[in-house]
Amino acid sequence: MIWLPALRAIIWREALRFVHQRERFIAALVRPLVWLLVFAAGFRAALGLSITPPYQTYITYETYIVPGLCGMIMLFNGMQSSLSLVYDREMGSMKLLLTAPLPRWWLLFAKLMGSTTISILQVYTFLAIAAAFGIDMPLMGYVTALPALILAGLMLGALGLALSSFIKQLENFAGVMNFVIFPMFFLSSALYPLWKMAESSRLLHDICAANPFTHAVELIRFALYAEFNGPALGWTLLATTAFMALAIWGYDPARGMTRKRA
Amino acid sequence: MDDAAPETASSSQIGRRVTPSTLAVEGVSYAYSKKVALDDVSFSIASGFTALLGPNGAGKSTLFALLTHLFTTPTGRIEIAGHDLSRTPRQALAKLGIVFQQSTLDLDLTVQQNLTYFAALHGIAGRTARIRIAEALERLNMADRAREKVRALNGGHRRRTEIARALLHDPTVLLLDEPSVGLDAAAREAITAHVHDLAADGMTVLWATHLTDEIYDTDQCLILHQGKLIEYGIVQNLTKGTPLKDHFLTLTGAKQ
Repeated sequence: MIWLPALRAIIWREALRFVHQRERFIAALVRPLVWLLVFAAGFRAALGLSITPPYQTYITYETYIVPGLCGMIMLFNGMQSSLSLVYDREMGSMKLLLTAPLPRWWLLFAKLMGSTTISILQVYTFLAIAAAFGIDMPLMGYVTALPALILAGLMLGALGLALSSFIKQLENFAGVMNFVIFPMFFLSSALYPLWKMAESSRLLHDICAANPFTHAVELIRFALYAEFNGPALGWTLLATTAFMALAIWGYDPARGMTRKRA
Repeated sequence: MDDAAPETASSSQIGRRVTPSTLAVEGVSYAYSKKVALDDVSFSIASGFTALLGPNGAGKSTLFALLTHLFTTPTGRIEIAGHDLSRTPRQALAKLGIVFQQSTLDLDLTVQQNLTYFAALHGIAGRTARIRIAEALERLNMADRAREKVRALNGGHRRRTEIARALLHDPTVLLLDEPSVGLDAAAREAITAHVHDLAADGMTVLWATHLTDEIYDTDQCLILHQGKLIEYGIVQNLTKGTPLKDHFLTLTGAKQ
């Protein structure tokens, strides 16, 4: 049985590479921290939040956007790994991976587990820094958030992987930023609660409610307070399965994932 | 179209008949959306060194992508060490060592780490992995480099690392896609000699190139041009005294 050693090796490789790329790690942390410490500080006065689950008291805006920023870290990581594949920087190692004598879906899943592991390390570092600034969660929440973070990481990683198999040229990547990352992030509950969105536009609210990123963020939000959000879990699972299927189809050898590059 | 095929298209023409073929390609075609990249290619080779010679754009890389199962095609059949690549891809890939044209090493990891990762992908771990890695590096005269980061190695040593890696799982067939690209003359010669040694030890080697000086007179040679296999056999039988380079240029129409 070589499935598990292969999975372990793939995660191990990601971790080793991660250790060697401290700049990337720091850069990935700066983005959410700027949002948390600058943007949120400026916005807290403008935005009144009422008590909605999972919160039991009034919360500051900073507290509200923490789960969204956890999602942001994972969203950017997912797109980053997709970018490195499109860029060809990682295409070589992808070929090496895909010629291993294992089922392709397992190799792709293992690759996603590897990048998710790195994302989760970043998220916990972010949460620790936020806690140092007084924006903390119940202690148990840090434990119960882990499965939610794994699922969210897999979902966004799978989306990135699927995109990388369809985008053949780098020029198109700006399009990914404009048409995937920004809408996904801004049309979600990451920065503002959905009910707040509904006050200004019913349509925008409905789009946000359909956005899988919203559900991933809500799953993390509830998990951070050791609470369970069934519908969010359901939607996130569904989206993960769909993106994963799309990625596996995108990397199907009969489609020729590296066609343009042959 | 079959009646137009030259007599040499029978697969038994190439390879010493005494050894059974370890890599067989039968009627393989492949087309990108509009352009035909491979047109009914058939050959079968056994242990020893076989060069896949063709100018840029002849279809070498497409053939490699098909042989490594990165692409599949509905037409034709590929068999590696007796395993059908489309029906039992995992068994076939387990018998295949690959050196891609583009480097696939992690520059910030050591040689040992790169090889350990690959070994694990092929189900080799622990003590066995360490022994195999030491042996493979020894074979390529790279043993003293195991702890170095790949980034610190020159192009020739990086290539040798990749060849050592491709041997870890003890493959029957070794594929190399233009492995000498970007190397200086000395490194090119060293790599070419190393791989010829492997072939002499009984491995089936398929080496894609457009450089005729990497091919010895006693090697087997497949000449690919515009997606078609136009000639194959032992080099000295094909050239009949003329330098391979001239023969190749005449054949592919680059020289009148």
